[in-house]
Amino acid sequence: MTDAPAKTKRSAVRKWTRRSLLATAGMVGGGLALGLTLSPNRLTMTGDVAEKDEAILNTWVKIAPDNRITVYYPHSEMGQGVGTGLAQMLAEELEADWSKITIEQAPVTNDYVNSDLGRGYIVGDGARIPNFMYPMLDFAFLHIATGLVGQLTGGSTAIRLTGQHGMRRAGAAAREMLMQAAADRWDVPIASLTARDSVITHADSGRSATFGALASDAPGQTPNLKPALKPSSDYRIVGQSKPRLDIPHKVNGTARFGMDVTLPGMVYAAIALPAVRDAHVGAIDDSGMTPRPGLGQVVNIGAAVAVAADSYWTASQALNELSITWEGGQRDLSSDMVRATQQADLDRGDFEVMDAEGDPDAALQSGTMYEATFEVPYLAHATMEPLNCTLSITDTGADVWVGHQNQLFARNAIAEALALAPEQVTLHPVYLGGGFGRRSETDFVVLPARIAQVVGKPVKVIWSREMDMANDMYRPAVLSRMAGTVENGRITAIRHHYIDAQSGMPDSERPFAFQYDVPNRDIARVICPSPLSVGPWRSVDFTQMGFFNETFMDDLAQAADADPLQFRLDHSSNPRIRAVLERLRAESDWTLELPPGRSRGVAMVESFGSVVGQVAEISVTGDRGIRVHRVTSVLDCGRLINPVAGKAQVTGSVIFGLTSALFGEITLDKGAVVQRNFPDYDMLRLANAPAQNVHFIASDDPPGGLGEPATPPITPALTNAIFRATGERIRQLPISKHGFYAV
Amino acid sequence: MATRFELNGDTVSVDVDPDMPLLWVVREQIGLTGTKFGCGIAACGACTMHVDGVATRTCVLPVAAVDGATVRTIEGIAPVDTPSAVQRAWIEHQVPQCGYCQSGMIMATEALLDETPDPTDDEIDAAITNICRCGTYDRIRAAVHTAAALRREA
Repeated sequence: MTDAPAKTKRSAVRKWTRRSLLATAGMVGGGLALGLTLSPNRLTMTGDVAEKDEAILNTWVKIAPDNRITVYYPHSEMGQGVGTGLAQMLAEELEADWSKITIEQAPVTNDYVNSDLGRGYIVGDGARIPNFMYPMLDFAFLHIATGLVGQLTGGSTAIRLTGQHGMRRAGAAAREMLMQAAADRWDVPIASLTARDSVITHADSGRSATFGALASDAPGQTPNLKPALKPSSDYRIVGQSKPRLDIPHKVNGTARFGMDVTLPGMVYAAIALPAVRDAHVGAIDDSGMTPRPGLGQVVNIGAAVAVAADSYWTASQALNELSITWEGGQRDLSSDMVRATQQADLDRGDFEVMDAEGDPDAALQSGTMYEATFEVPYLAHATMEPLNCTLSITDTGADVWVGHQNQLFARNAIAEALALAPEQVTLHPVYLGGGFGRRSETDFVVLPARIAQVVGKPVKVIWSREMDMANDMYRPAVLSRMAGTVENGRITAIRHHYIDAQSGMPDSERPFAFQYDVPNRDIARVICPSPLSVGPWRSVDFTQMGFFNETFMDDLAQAADADPLQFRLDHSSNPRIRAVLERLRAESDWTLELPPGRSRGVAMVESFGSVVGQVAEISVTGDRGIRVHRVTSVLDCGRLINPVAGKAQVTGSVIFGLTSALFGEITLDKGAVVQRNFPDYDMLRLANAPAQNVHFIASDDPPGGLGEPATPPITPALTNAIFRATGERIRQLPISKHGFYAV
Repeated sequence: MATRFELNGDTVSVDVDPDMPLLWVVREQIGLTGTKFGCGIAACGACTMHVDGVATRTCVLPVAAVDGATVRTIEGIAPVDTPSAVQRAWIEHQVPQCGYCQSGMIMATEALLDETPDPTDDEIDAAITNICRCGTYDRIRAAVHTAAALRREA
């Protein structure tokens, strides 16, 4: 390992003048700027103290003489309220006056890598870190000096990693420094001081001073990397539904998304990608292109064609008039072919064992065996804001405005595409009009970078909805086969053979296990990489595995003639799962008789450190219209930082899951994605949205994930309710495939 | 030929292709970016503005069609420091998540309440057909009712 970039590499484009302040606590504008530090060249799992000069920072707070407190957060805001939640965690430990807090997304530099929080810090603390982070951390760590690093917002990690281990300590360390400054100024023991609402008080003498007044005294101190953290019983800010600080901008049109960036002299570019996957440009015939005022050049970068103009509409009209011949690519690709390949792989039986226990073959033979085959389709992300990226390339580097979930990764991909050093590329944070995993990829920054090189002016490259939908990195379509036996009301064996289409998550955090207690198990996969590009989609593999496991659990409950919720309880010794299911039984009125025509379904999935149980209450009309009346969610997500914002993640996840369950399907025909826009890939609307109740189990445990874990259970909860209503077991998604529609 | 219309109280004149949709004229030629592009086929409602008081999806509306008309965008609803009843209700209920669709949602709601001051749930269902991918629907419904009450108090 070499030294940290902060030490060895000076930025070629010193846009972020505050960069030099990031190296340690210091003076800024007469106040205190504090960042947490650790050694980037330490790969051991113990210790977390950095040499001062080696320091890189991951969380940062600035306290100004006028008492304003700015919290810099190293994550993207895509609807989670992440900045507010992280600021709450920092302000709590700082003993700050919440009304003085403002938030700002951290500049995109190496100083904000997730890996800082990983090895030296979190693990040394013996804290809970998701296993899936490890490969990423290793990767990031090993390549940190060359700039191949990430600043990821995904995997439901912001609160449970950055917040839990970074923000809290930054706040506490800053508080200790301010208290030390007061102790020095008044020559009193630090233990005689109290901090509250941005004021430090010495009760014995009646003296007090604001954080702002003390801030200029603090920077000379060395921050304590292991400051004392508050007991949760003293929390006054964490656990409160503080209004999200980004929301006022989002009701009056002033929130700036990537799509809204405007630069002097900027042109707009519409982009065409090949319908057939992996095809490239053969020939372009522009004879049909109408001359239009403001029309710029046609750009051919091989993998895509773009037209530039002084308006997006002009560019897109001209692009539509081009006749582009695409060559090569996977022209024979179809959904049937993908399915047939996966079926053949499952039939071949060349399995990789993921979990084996007991003698499942014998157990399956000994009782009545139930079998089921499941199939889920490709799914698009369909963020409300179509993909876009704005670049300005100069003699010394490039400035880029893009909403991205992995900003350093994006910056480095752009640098590589432009043959620049990473430090020559500055990424400017903007709001994301939805992410869901789509905005963690690099295709939508690399292609614009190559287009911008040709255009030679600042340019905003915009994907049409059709291009966005037909060129996604989809949730994989996969097949699964399950078998199980039930004897005397207990599952004696479970077999699950499934296709792993490699959606990008490391195995360590993949949900292959059956989440209930079964003595004989055979869980095995066949890796069958998707021919269509795939990537993380909200909750990643948990949405497929949750559907398989929780639908089959309902099958087995039926076989046992058992109540599906009680049957789950009977097969779990996990106290968190049991508590969620018990609470769900009460909150969903599970034991109360339903009105005629109503039915319920239940499902539970644990993911990203959180356990989520859901009950869907539905009715089905005579012509197969499905109305979801009510969804009850119960979660154990550890400590809840902001209940209102947390609840929004749950209700939103339910809508996201219901949408995909009811309508979601991307199909392939002759190498091309068939669906192009919302009528083909429909979305649940307000009229079809169920009433929702969300209940959080009070917990003092570290926070679990919340952006994703409420997505996986809703699909099986719905299909299990459909089974109760109609006797039809849906094992192939979407539900609309079976003649149902949403009412 | 220039197209003239009233935009948020000001008369504007634009000399663009008369077929250019109002959305792009307002966003790119005039520079008000609060109204969003979502689908380009009037399916999602992110581009909703008021044209002569009617909530209109402007991504398919040729600018020539608003010649002489009165157009209002999210920026014209209220000054930033004195938000409208709908905007206050949106903040009270913490409606937005990513926020990208919310200008369109708010414009659709303002028009609904202008026409129907105390809408029923069915009337809200019928009027608010915009897409929100984050799934803010339950809070939108609650906020519409709150906004209706706030307007009555005013």
